[in-house]
Amino acid sequence: MALSREQIAQRVAQELQDGYYVNLGIGIPTLVANYIPDNMEVMLQSENGLLGMGQFPTEEEIDADLINAGKQTVTMAKGASIFDSAESFAMIRGGHVDLTVLGAFEVDVNGNIASYMIPGKLIKGMGGAMDLVAGADNIIVTMTHASKHGVSKLLSNCTLPLTGKSCIKKVLTDLAFIEIKEGKFHLLERAPGVSVEEIIKLTEGELVVTGDIPEMTF
Amino acid sequence: MAGFDKVVSSYEEAMAGLTDDMTVIAGGFGLCGIPENLISEIKRKGTKGLTLVSNNCGVDDFGLGVLLIDRQIKKIVASYVGENAEFERQMMAGELEVELTPQGTLAEKMRAGGAGIPAFYTATGVGTPVAEGKDERTFNGRNYILEEAIVGDFAIVKAWKADRFGNLVFRKTARNFNPMAATAGKITVVEVEEIVEPGELDPDQIHTAGIYVDRLILGSFEKRIEQRTIRPSSAKGDK
Repeated sequence: MALSREQIAQRVAQELQDGYYVNLGIGIPTLVANYIPDNMEVMLQSENGLLGMGQFPTEEEIDADLINAGKQTVTMAKGASIFDSAESFAMIRGGHVDLTVLGAFEVDVNGNIASYMIPGKLIKGMGGAMDLVAGADNIIVTMTHASKHGVSKLLSNCTLPLTGKSCIKKVLTDLAFIEIKEGKFHLLERAPGVSVEEIIKLTEGELVVTGDIPEMTF
Repeated sequence: MAGFDKVVSSYEEAMAGLTDDMTVIAGGFGLCGIPENLISEIKRKGTKGLTLVSNNCGVDDFGLGVLLIDRQIKKIVASYVGENAEFERQMMAGELEVELTPQGTLAEKMRAGGAGIPAFYTATGVGTPVAEGKDERTFNGRNYILEEAIVGDFAIVKAWKADRFGNLVFRKTARNFNPMAATAGKITVVEVEEIVEPGELDPDQIHTAGIYVDRLILGSFEKRIEQRTIRPSSAKGDK
């Protein structure tokens, strides 16, 4: 069975480490915040200028001056700090963020990522995604493995305009956890009940399968 | 006005001198920390052909979006747009020029503009459409593109508190692009929720020094919320 959005978030959360500063993109990545292990301290960075993002506010706590990068009302965690946008991107571009999780339309075997624009459709913009992929070393891309029509999004070459070049090393899809190195995809784990054959069929770029591929555990 | 007193008493006075085809840098992220009343004043004045530099472009009836209706914006430089129907229509019809700029690059363009740095190299955008036509150079084995600074004829800024000398304090994430915008305007206009006397703000706690501020006005704000996400009062969960 393909992973649900929540399960993708849950699997990403297993990559967190105590003391990590983490930037979570909009969509599935945001859900990762719900699965931070209890015995771990993780500080969430929101690129609009908040380090130490807390949970959503109660009705009483709502503050129009306190939002996250998705423009949602949020709260501040204990030990939070606030800064301006240039400072925020100094953290990101300077490589100070330990883990970045963001979504994509396509990735390819060379670590290229396309995530912000589909030509001919409305172009909304890259927001902070180009800065994040250029500045971070440790990035996990979360995405669906293929379109509803079975068209692979893990390609030998991205077809859409790029968000970043040669910057992605880890991809977690609803079917598989994949590492990108030496110009190839490498299958690390598969979603419970999903066969290696199924993953191969839905991966257009070259996929290396070495030995038995374990199922993800939650 | 006398000496360092930056306070003006009307929005008309605050935006005096803004004329057609000027470049205006605006602080704010989404609808958070936007100079609401200064935007309204630009709408009232009907200034046209503006180039707006701001992270976003508001929604249909609030924020910078209100300037779209009377076609006051010629070009927008932003990182994320299209939260409004009129924006989409004008962009698709080719009536509105949009220069998409990565968010960190945009912040740095303002910061550099305000600091007298004409351009800077960044890794952001290398190998993407953003790099097209830009100088590319290698430093320590990595490629970078040259991005030019931005200076505005006007910068419009929202702060929380100020003293009469224009020393500013921002509140929570309403700070966002406002401090950089404040430095990058030939004329910087700031609206705030409270004005105090010089000496009342702790100098160690001032985010933006009054040297950047030309005009200061006391406003009242709607502070519209774009995505109202809440959790139940008792639960630990996310929604």
